[in-house]
Amino acid sequence: MSKILKKATRESFGEALAEIARFNEKIVVLDSDLAAATKTKIFKEAFADRFFNCGISECNMIGVGAGLATMGKIPFVASFAMFSAGRGFEQIRNSVAYPNLNVKIAGSHAGISVGEDGATHQCCEDIALMRSIPNMVVLNPCDHYEMKAAVKSAADHMGPVYIRLGRLAVETINDEETYKFEMGKGITLKDGKDITIIATGLPVREALLAATLLENDKISARVINIHTIKPLDREIILKAAAETSQIFTVEEHSIIGGLGEAVCSVVCEEFPKRVQRIGINDRFGQSGSAHDLLAHYKLDAKGIYQTIRSKLG
Amino acid sequence: MDIDCLKSLKSLACKIRIGVLESVYGAKSGHPGGSLSIADLLAYLYSRELNLNPKAPQDPNRDRFVLSKGHAAPALYSVLAHMGFFKLEDLKSLRKMGAFLQGHPNMNSTPGVDMSTGSLGQGVSAACGMALGAKLDGSGVRVYCVLGDGEIEEGQVWEALMFASHYKLDNLCLFVDNNQLQIDGSVQEVAGLSKIPQKFESFGFNVMQIDGHDFEQIERAVNLAKACKDGPSAIVMKTIKGKGVSYMENNVSWHGCAPNEEQFKLAKAELDSILAQLEG
Repeated sequence: MSKILKKATRESFGEALAEIARFNEKIVVLDSDLAAATKTKIFKEAFADRFFNCGISECNMIGVGAGLATMGKIPFVASFAMFSAGRGFEQIRNSVAYPNLNVKIAGSHAGISVGEDGATHQCCEDIALMRSIPNMVVLNPCDHYEMKAAVKSAADHMGPVYIRLGRLAVETINDEETYKFEMGKGITLKDGKDITIIATGLPVREALLAATLLENDKISARVINIHTIKPLDREIILKAAAETSQIFTVEEHSIIGGLGEAVCSVVCEEFPKRVQRIGINDRFGQSGSAHDLLAHYKLDAKGIYQTIRSKLG
Repeated sequence: MDIDCLKSLKSLACKIRIGVLESVYGAKSGHPGGSLSIADLLAYLYSRELNLNPKAPQDPNRDRFVLSKGHAAPALYSVLAHMGFFKLEDLKSLRKMGAFLQGHPNMNSTPGVDMSTGSLGQGVSAACGMALGAKLDGSGVRVYCVLGDGEIEEGQVWEALMFASHYKLDNLCLFVDNNQLQIDGSVQEVAGLSKIPQKFESFGFNVMQIDGHDFEQIERAVNLAKACKDGPSAIVMKTIKGKGVSYMENNVSWHGCAPNEEQFKLAKAELDSILAQLEG
C-alpha cells in the first residue's frame, strides 16, 4: 500500500500537468488569474513559456483554447468550476464541443467544500452542465492518485474533457502501486450484497466510511467509485441494480443533473430499482468551513450513513 | 494594383455575390445583407492574400481565416467554392437536411472552414488561439478574422482584444465589417456603438480605417498589417450592408431574410449585368 497522503485534488492536477508536459510538448496551460488557486502555478513554474494567463476572462480563455487546439496543441484551461463550466458554458458548447476540439477544461473549487467564499463560488451545477453537451467527457476524480492518472488519461484522449477539482485537502483512498484509471470504467472499492453506494469525487472516501458504519448495523454495502460521469459505466451500475436491493448515489453536486440522475437514467431504462440521490438538494450553499458545510449538507460519512439508515427504515 | 488585377477581383466579388444570392434563395433563409458587405474583402483575401491550397485544406502551414460573424456563411461558402474547395453546385445545398453547408460554418463538415462559428463574439477568441499557436511554432502562419460591427457589442470580443494585444499577436489581423446595421436597427440606435477605431486603438491595436469595397485600400491596409511587428492589427472597413444588390443596400430588413423568386431574379439580373460588363 502506498503512503496515505492528504492533498487537494487541485494540487494533484497542477503536479500532474507539470509531469506530463515533460513528455508531451503539445501541452499548454491557460488560466484566468487563478493560477495560485487552481494550482496551474505548479505548471507555470516548470514551463513558463507554455503557460498563458488570460486575465479574468474565462469566455475568451476557452475560445483561445479552442484556437490552440486547431493548431495541434493540447490546451488545459483552468478556473473555478463556477467560472469555467458556469460562465464559459456556451463557449465550451459552441467553440469546443461542437467542433470536437481537443481542449481540457478544469473546474476547480467545485462543490460546497470551497468553504468560506460561500454560494457565489460553490458550483454544484457543473456536472449537469457539462454532461449535457455532446462529445464531452466528464471526469471527477476522488483523490490524489486518481487525479494524477485522470489528467494523464485526459491528455491522451482526443477530444474535449471536463475535469472537476476540489479545493479541500482529502486523504487518499487509492493505492498508487495498484491503481489503474480507465476512462469510463467505475471501480468497486468494497463489495457488498444488501445495498450499493455509488459515489463520485470528494464524498467517495466518506461513502466508504459510511459503509463501515453500516456494517456495524449488519448492512452489507457495496461501494462503487464513479470517476467518469460521462461516458458512464452502465455495466457496473446494472450489476449493482441486479445484485443489491437499493442504490444510493452520493455527490458534492446538485441532485439535479449530476451523478444521481445519470445513474437513475440507466437504472430506469434497463433494470428498474429504487435509487436514492444524496447530494445538494436544489439549494445554494453558504459560507462556513468545508468540514462544517459537508456535515451540514450531510455529505460527510455520518450524514451519508444517517440518510441511508433513514431511507432503509 | 493594375487594371487586370482590379478587374479580376471585381469579377470574383461579383461571382461571390451571385453565389450568396443563389444559395440563400435556394435555402429560403439565411443572411444576405452581411454576406454581401464582406464579398469584396473575401475576394481579395482568398485570391490575393491567404496562403491556401484547396487540394490540401488541412495543410498545417496554411494561413487561417475565421469568420467570427458566422451568419455571413453564404459569402464564405461562395468564395470557397469559387476557389475550388468544393463544387459550385454544392452552394445550392445550403441549410438543407444532411448538407455539409450548415447554416453557420462547421469546420468538420466543410473543407476550407478553419473554425466553427455562429455564436457571436467567439470566433475572435479562437483566432487569438490560432495566432498564439502559430507563434509558439514559429511557423509564419497568419490569422485573419472578420467581425461584424454589431458583433463587437459582445463582451468576449474585448476580452479577446486585450489578450491579442497583451501577447503581441502581430500575426493576427482583424477586420470589422462596419456596415452600421444589426438585426434590430442601426448599431447607433440599438447599442450606441460608436468610435470603433478609437476603441480598438485603446486596446492596443494598430488600427486602419478603409472603404471595405475599395480593393486598393484593402490591399494597402493588409500589407500595412503584415508589416506591423509590434502587435495585432485591426482594419475597420466602412461597408454597405447588402452591397451590390440595389434594393438590399443599407436596408436592415435584408439582414436575415431570403429573396422571393421575383426579388431573386431582379438581384441576379443586376449582378449578371455587372459581371457581363467586367468580363465582356
